[in-house]
Amino acid sequence: MEKTQKQKLTDFLINNGVIIVMFILVIYTGLTTKNFLTADNGMNLLANMSYRLVIALGIAGCVITAGCDLSAGRMIGFGACLAGTLMQKANYSGRFFQSEPWASMGNGILLKISPMNPFVVLFLVMLICALFGTITGWFIAYLSVPPFIATLAMMEIIYGLGLLYTNATPLGGYIESYTIFSTGKFLGLSYLIWIALLMAAITWFIFNMTRHGKYMYAIGGNPQAAEVAGVPVNLTLVLIYAKAAAFYGMAGYMLGAKAGGASVNTGLGYEMEAIAACALGGVSVTGGRGKVSSAFIGVAVLELLKTALQYLGVSPNAQYIAIGIVIFIAASLDIRKYLTKK
Amino acid sequence: MAEYKLEMKNISKSFPGVKALDQVQLSVRPGTVHALMGENGAGKSTLMKCLFGIYKMDQGEIYLDGNKVEINNPDDAMLHGVAMVHQELQPVLARSVSENMYLGRFPVKKIGPIQMIDHKKMNQDTEKWLAELGLSYNVKAPLSSLSIGQMQMVEIAKAVSHDAKVIIFDEPTSSLSDKEVEFLFKVMGDLKKKGVAMIYISHKMDEIKRISDDITIMRDGTYVGTWPAEDMTTEQIIAKMVGRELSNIYPEHHHSIGETIMEVEDLTSIHEKSFRGISFSIKKGEILGFGGLVGAQRTELMEGIFGIRHLAKGTIKVHGKEVKIKRPRDAMDAGIGMITEDRRGNGIFGCLSIKDNVGVSIYKKYLKAGIMLDHPSINKVVDDNIKRLSIKTPSMKEHIGNLSGGNQQKVIISRWLAKDPDILIMDEPTRGIDIGAKHEIYEIMEELAKQGKAIIMISSEMPELLGMADRICVMCNGKLTGELNQQEEMTQENVMNFATMF
Repeated sequence: MEKTQKQKLTDFLINNGVIIVMFILVIYTGLTTKNFLTADNGMNLLANMSYRLVIALGIAGCVITAGCDLSAGRMIGFGACLAGTLMQKANYSGRFFQSEPWASMGNGILLKISPMNPFVVLFLVMLICALFGTITGWFIAYLSVPPFIATLAMMEIIYGLGLLYTNATPLGGYIESYTIFSTGKFLGLSYLIWIALLMAAITWFIFNMTRHGKYMYAIGGNPQAAEVAGVPVNLTLVLIYAKAAAFYGMAGYMLGAKAGGASVNTGLGYEMEAIAACALGGVSVTGGRGKVSSAFIGVAVLELLKTALQYLGVSPNAQYIAIGIVIFIAASLDIRKYLTKK
Repeated sequence: MAEYKLEMKNISKSFPGVKALDQVQLSVRPGTVHALMGENGAGKSTLMKCLFGIYKMDQGEIYLDGNKVEINNPDDAMLHGVAMVHQELQPVLARSVSENMYLGRFPVKKIGPIQMIDHKKMNQDTEKWLAELGLSYNVKAPLSSLSIGQMQMVEIAKAVSHDAKVIIFDEPTSSLSDKEVEFLFKVMGDLKKKGVAMIYISHKMDEIKRISDDITIMRDGTYVGTWPAEDMTTEQIIAKMVGRELSNIYPEHHHSIGETIMEVEDLTSIHEKSFRGISFSIKKGEILGFGGLVGAQRTELMEGIFGIRHLAKGTIKVHGKEVKIKRPRDAMDAGIGMITEDRRGNGIFGCLSIKDNVGVSIYKKYLKAGIMLDHPSINKVVDDNIKRLSIKTPSMKEHIGNLSGGNQQKVIISRWLAKDPDILIMDEPTRGIDIGAKHEIYEIMEELAKQGKAIIMISSEMPELLGMADRICVMCNGKLTGELNQQEEMTQENVMNFATMF
């Protein structure tokens, strides 16, 4: 069927509506304000996007299988605290493994842990978070607990564990080899940005080049058909939630490095922002659709929107309203892509 | 008073690619039970859905008591006094009996400006209507506390409460116990005396002979005729239902049959009403047909073998060795494949591409370094299949949801061709597919049989069953009632006799 010029234009506008609006907003902000289109601001923006992208990439897997993950935010806080406690300067006065009451229990011997290698810590944090993700995934896959509920339960558990572990004290005084993840640069870009790019590449590989990725789309598209086609549905689901949790751990680690400190409330609410980013970028919440580029676009749109509005002098309180409106519009446009095809 | 309570004249209805009804008529006298008969796909349900306003007919007129009426939706139908007791009930199980009775038309009382649901009146009225049928259920109990038969009674009471002049019963006894059937017939007898006209769709000959006054027979969407029930023998009815010539769209059988490849013994479902005590075997290069009526539990049996449904007992042997099948993956490991009946429900991934739909079962075979998908090889397999099955599509990246039913089915077949199982179960492989694609699918089946594959084909289409199968098993109500081995035995009458055995 030949499409008319007009139809083509409409299709183009529907398919790329969000991006077009963002372009206009960016150009307008750039022209009307002074410092928006500067290298500094760009770097800052990218750094802010980096860990958000990692979260969104993790949650995208859950969303593609028509699930969600409410535990992401708390998992980020937990990961940030875990990383923080293991990488404080030995002579830092508020050091966790010196003053915390639970750490000095038994024999009156103070538990002293010397700052650990940042890469070992990163691995540990991702592993521990992945273990909790495995538990969530197990409940979802094998006991058929709806993802909304299962991840809600894990959100509570992880928050409680974080509180118990840190005794609700904020952490700081990190060793330099940890904070350098944020301050250090390679080819002019912060290490954080490189990490995010690496994770995006890995995720792209998983989504497109492995069985796991294909199975993920199949489960999202039609779980019954996936079962009949011989897809290991349960195992795939567990892996998706475990992998997502590892990503949240990494995001927490990155966030801690950037902020130079952490508390259990680090990352609070980031799960909602990440789900919103996925929806904005075109990861279908009904399952089966979504790419790495979708997560990237979603995160970029949200971040650009926030920054542009800030530069335009819109009150931070009003920004929430703008974000909500954009999500409404973007989600409606996204659904239209598929509705018109029927 | 008009001679007929209901008259439907020259009803035609087309679906894309199929003429489901062609100039069909139906006239029902008041105070009678009118049986509507025909094979699966003859158009009985379509005709009833036109009457009830679920489908909009392309052409034709409906008269009630001699007056022409327009029925555009089920609400219209009920306003005109037409009610339907559905084949598959669609009640709100968690809510009470009376709420189900009055769903969508709750009685209300006014307290000042506020409208409130009048629960007391609703419960009392429900009790009244049920009492009229001689029933006394707890109307406040959730509907789920009733049996299927009792729910059906509630449905009938609902029809009566609508002051229905015409009630359609679409296979009402398929899930009822004998006692419940008796009670249903008693209620129908009472309704007869009240002058209600009833249309009764069923495949069960003994029921038809017992309850109905007139019989209308349909075949392939056309009207065959109407006769008084007492003038017709079971044999005559069957002959009229199936009386058509087989067309030669079936490929000639050139495959040779080898040794036994699969034996199943005493397969029994965990559900009482489903299949039980089923034993059969199939040989290499054999096409084994499974005949029977809708509800004979053929699909359930095959899904039991393939691990989609649970078995209470029974053994499955492939190549002489017993295999334990708990889920479809186990069946696939044993060399069994299955094309399911419900293409949309558990066949296709509508939002994925043709490539992904074919690839999903074979990724294990095409890996580089044990982890990375070998896309060029997968592309080649998919491309070969698109050509081999002449799937009409611009490219393998097209979403399968955009293809026609026939092409979707060919994609699913491609999935299994790529997987290459020894035994392929095909459940209604050509349902809802145009004649050209059907023919192509038959040729593929013949080709697979030539290669020595064993094919189990469930089909509710008699000509297809007789035209394709080397041997036919017939099921009725969950049991294997007959096996037709010889070509001479394989006739429509024999299949129908076994299929309507009890």
